[in-house]
Amino acid sequence: MSGHSTIHFKNPVVRWIDTRLPVISAMKVNALDFPTPKNLNYFWTFGGILTLFLGIQIVTGIVLAMHYTANVGLAFNSVEHIMRDVNYGWLLRYMHANGASFFFIAVYIHIFRGLYYGSYKAPRELLWMIGVVILLIMMATAFMGYVLPWGQMSFWGATVITNLFSAIPLVGTPIVEWLWGGFAVGNPTLNRFYSLHYLLPFVLAAVVFLHIWALHVPGNNNPSGVEVKSDKDTVPFHPYYTVKDSLAIVVFLLFYAAFVFYMPNYLGHTDNYIPANPLVTPAHIVPEWYFLPFYAILRAIPDKLGGVIAMFAAIGVLFILPWLDTSRVKSAAFRPLYRQFFWILVLVCIGLGYLGAKPAEGGYVIASRILTAYYFLHFLVILPLLGIFEKTRPLPASISESVLSKGSGGGAAAAAGAASAPENRG
Amino acid sequence: MRQSKNNIMNLSRLAAAAIAGAALTGAIAASPVLAAGEQHALKDVAFSFEGPFGTFDRGQLQRGYKVYVEVCAGCHSLDLLAFRNLSQEGGPDFTPAQVRVLAEEFPREVLDGPDAFGDMFERPGKASDHFPPPFANEAAARASNNGAYPPDFSVLAKARHGGADYIYSLLTGYDEAPAHVEMREGMAYNPYFPGGQIAMAQPLSDEVVEYTDGSPMTVEQYSKDIAAFMMWAAEPKLEERKRIGFQVMVFLVVLAGLLYFTKQKLWRDVDH
Repeated sequence: MSGHSTIHFKNPVVRWIDTRLPVISAMKVNALDFPTPKNLNYFWTFGGILTLFLGIQIVTGIVLAMHYTANVGLAFNSVEHIMRDVNYGWLLRYMHANGASFFFIAVYIHIFRGLYYGSYKAPRELLWMIGVVILLIMMATAFMGYVLPWGQMSFWGATVITNLFSAIPLVGTPIVEWLWGGFAVGNPTLNRFYSLHYLLPFVLAAVVFLHIWALHVPGNNNPSGVEVKSDKDTVPFHPYYTVKDSLAIVVFLLFYAAFVFYMPNYLGHTDNYIPANPLVTPAHIVPEWYFLPFYAILRAIPDKLGGVIAMFAAIGVLFILPWLDTSRVKSAAFRPLYRQFFWILVLVCIGLGYLGAKPAEGGYVIASRILTAYYFLHFLVILPLLGIFEKTRPLPASISESVLSKGSGGGAAAAAGAASAPENRG
Repeated sequence: MRQSKNNIMNLSRLAAAAIAGAALTGAIAASPVLAAGEQHALKDVAFSFEGPFGTFDRGQLQRGYKVYVEVCAGCHSLDLLAFRNLSQEGGPDFTPAQVRVLAEEFPREVLDGPDAFGDMFERPGKASDHFPPPFANEAAARASNNGAYPPDFSVLAKARHGGADYIYSLLTGYDEAPAHVEMREGMAYNPYFPGGQIAMAQPLSDEVVEYTDGSPMTVEQYSKDIAAFMMWAAEPKLEERKRIGFQVMVFLVVLAGLLYFTKQKLWRDVDH
């Protein structure tokens, strides 16, 4: 990232550039030769997948912006103009809309991978916290993007979410009116959301750069959670992980393409094909699926301000996670109790997502409250205590040792087994 | 000890796979849950445009257009479509010459102007014109329809759960109101409509539109045809989308296969 050129390039033009601005040697050190633990599984490919999706969203978004009109009277029809009259406009729009969903699928897997393998622990606390900032920016960007087509869900979603700020004591109403640029969600709101929706992805790209920078100082965590001890533990990023990541990316794109081409509206809401109408409230106002767990937490608390605080705290708690988890062992593979609590947390989050889609009544509310309480219990009580009381399994001495003990009968047979059955080591 | 660690590794791999699965199913399961209303279960029609290789039935779209013009167009606009769309690829496949005639023969003229004297005037439609609306504005539409506002047809098939199946079910679902249902003034009973009471009186009856291709002139057939036509109006690039989609899927599967073998060869000599 900084400093002087460290590599002698044969090509005179490359050398001329690199001695003045060592961007080429920086690329070589950080993207090609970068020593990467050799035992990363496919859950480590989601960083690459996410980077690609940020690119897809920015490229399709820029072209969509060339044809979109941010005006309450024209926005809905300008989106339909893209669908009908712009060359491959339907493809751009469906890629962008479904791209947001798959961006979130990838980011949630990425986050849960970090939780499972303890990737937030020293020396990667700041890397993790930057990641939480990325999640927040992603959510803000996605929310504002969903408002732009100016359908019924756009309008009413924007109304519900911006109204959350009115829960702030004393200054709540002035803040909401300031956000709206008026006394209700209207044309000024749409215009500023459009402006910010265009701006934030570039902020996101900059923060992603910091995220990758912060990753490249300590290097990758790995499934064993044991830090790299020697060169024997690593392989160069290229070609080993460029190829493995490419395979994962293409498989992920297969799922994405299935939605884009065969069920492009499946993850959306039919009501958003009805033009926004401030006089008609939809029967159920529901956010996009990726906000549903947070929506469930919001509605679980009977008090409006309390609900808003709980919803933001659900993400805020992730910021301090590195200090809540008191265990010094990173990977859940060596933490028998944590592993069970991890899976309970996964189920709780999926359960909250389910409840977020349900009407806020009867048993759904009670279930939301129980799961919300458990969510915070996991981070604020269970994790600090686990570090004290959990008896962890012995850690391998190094990544290489953990690799040798895997995929074979175990024990002394490890080395022999690896040699005699190379097909099992893929 | 070694054995148990081995089991743990396998378990954690399984668990890891479950995370991805769970995330995906979570995503998939969320949507249908959203607007599952209190409606009647829809009738399932086997439309030709369903499935990964589905295409529109040209004859059906042409018949559907005829039903639209003769039955629906009196109240329902089709604002986002132009006559020229009727001859574009992947649609009803009228010829440009036919479209010129259809535009001219459309029951309403197109409002144009202002002319040299500053006056608006009406003239017969041209292929480039958008479909002229039945009412000047929403208030006029409500005044002529007992207070109800007939929705625009352009994206309606995508704006209702069940899409074409919903439209078919609604059009064939008119019935006598059950004894316990108290009907409001001027409303018709239809269990497929949210709330069960719809302002639109049953619009179709047998033989109301004349088909010249031998298709049965029944409410069921009319309903299927107009539902298919509305699906095309809402999603005119459906055929192109599915065609390109297949090419993309084949490309990605082949590329994934090549990358898999490349990766296997590359990693063969690395313990990992």
